[in-house]
Amino acid sequence: MKTETKQAVNKQRVLPPVFQYPSAAVPLLITQGAEALLYRSTYLLPSIPCALKYRPSKPYRHPILDVRLTKHRILSEARVLVKCKREGVPVPAVYALDEAAGWLMIEWIEGEVVRIRLNEWLKRRKDEDLAEGVDDEQLLELMTRVGSAVGRLHAVGVVHGDLTTSNLMLRPRSREGLNGDLGAAVNTLEGDIVLIDFGLASQSQADEDRAVDLYVLERAFGSTHPRAESLFGEVLREYGKSFKGANVVLKKLEEVRMRGRKRSMIG
Amino acid sequence: MALLQTLHLEHLPSSHAIHAALYRDIKNATHLQQQLLNGNTDFEYAFIDAGVIVSKIHALAAAYRAVNDLLENRLRSRNVHSEIVFSLSPNNNIAESFRRFGITPTTTNLLIIKVSTPTSPAAASEVQEHLTSSIEGEQVPFEDSVLSQMTDVARIKKIYKLNSGGGGGKKTGQVNGAKGDERKELEVLVLGAMALRGVTN
Repeated sequence: MKTETKQAVNKQRVLPPVFQYPSAAVPLLITQGAEALLYRSTYLLPSIPCALKYRPSKPYRHPILDVRLTKHRILSEARVLVKCKREGVPVPAVYALDEAAGWLMIEWIEGEVVRIRLNEWLKRRKDEDLAEGVDDEQLLELMTRVGSAVGRLHAVGVVHGDLTTSNLMLRPRSREGLNGDLGAAVNTLEGDIVLIDFGLASQSQADEDRAVDLYVLERAFGSTHPRAESLFGEVLREYGKSFKGANVVLKKLEEVRMRGRKRSMIG
Repeated sequence: MALLQTLHLEHLPSSHAIHAALYRDIKNATHLQQQLLNGNTDFEYAFIDAGVIVSKIHALAAAYRAVNDLLENRLRSRNVHSEIVFSLSPNNNIAESFRRFGITPTTTNLLIIKVSTPTSPAAASEVQEHLTSSIEGEQVPFEDSVLSQMTDVARIKKIYKLNSGGGGGKKTGQVNGAKGDERKELEVLVLGAMALRGVTN
């Protein structure tokens, strides 16, 4: 109780002015990472939801370095997002930013992350006692969409840097999904893939960086959804078709698998 | 219904209201531009050529950025109104931004934005009254349906360098299929370009 109020006071003090100015609803804290706080809020009008990403200053950093890092990270994330949007990669749009104050406002993506949807889907199948490999077209199809989205990202010269099933959103396809009969066969794996959280993204065309993206994603599927791991080949198959040079990346992936994400510093 | 719209944008102090008015077929563009050039303080408005505005959101985004920069004490141009015009720009050239987005003698459709601030508060009725007496043209609602008839999409694409034709094998993989509303897509690209203005480092 006491710590709670303390925290609240603390937060009140560190949040930049943008949080204090009135909005239809108080920004709602959605999630907190090591570097940033993510709020749900509104942009310009109460009818436009947005994600407000705030990077608080780190007291343990030298103040000058701290300001520089924050600026740099906000700008690089925004730049990568704008580039992706321009090239047709499914990512949130950039609305506004204030690198000096440490915040970035981007499009709010409806839906849920793949990790959650996949768990729901796998659980339901377990409850229905369906064996692996039976009627899993929906999962296969999801893997295809993931492979295509990641391929598109890499094709435009961007690597994500933290590609996990928590950074892939499934956005419901407008309307149809809502009007459809919700009772019978709702496909929890339906929706458009949207890539999110570009906090660690960078512009790179290196096969190594691309392969590491795939490796991290493969591990994410493997660790949180062991039963989905076997279908990861489907992601890679679609990825291989998505741009020229993708096959070289797949070759590189085999190398990365042998040694892990970090490259050896010897020799 | 009043044609002048007054808005309080999200995440701006309530003391900074935004008034917006849209005019069609204005006749005295040269005179209006001259008032700005002369620094006539009765004409503290953002006069925007409606032809380069995609939507309400586009215009409001510029107002939001300008007011935020005003509050953070980092205006790059003369005042918050010229800053709104400058905020529409994808680059740091202020003079160029006025030529592209601001009023020129050939402007026919004019979007006017007025920011009320604590130091120079402006009530909707006063603003409307002054505009009515100064603008020779037909006032129309500040709505997307009206704006969209004025929008010169080709010009906007050129200014924001969105002519995707060149290289890159565009949209080879429309990942999620089905193309959405084209106007919305344009809007989103424009907002991104504006947000990145002045971004170095």
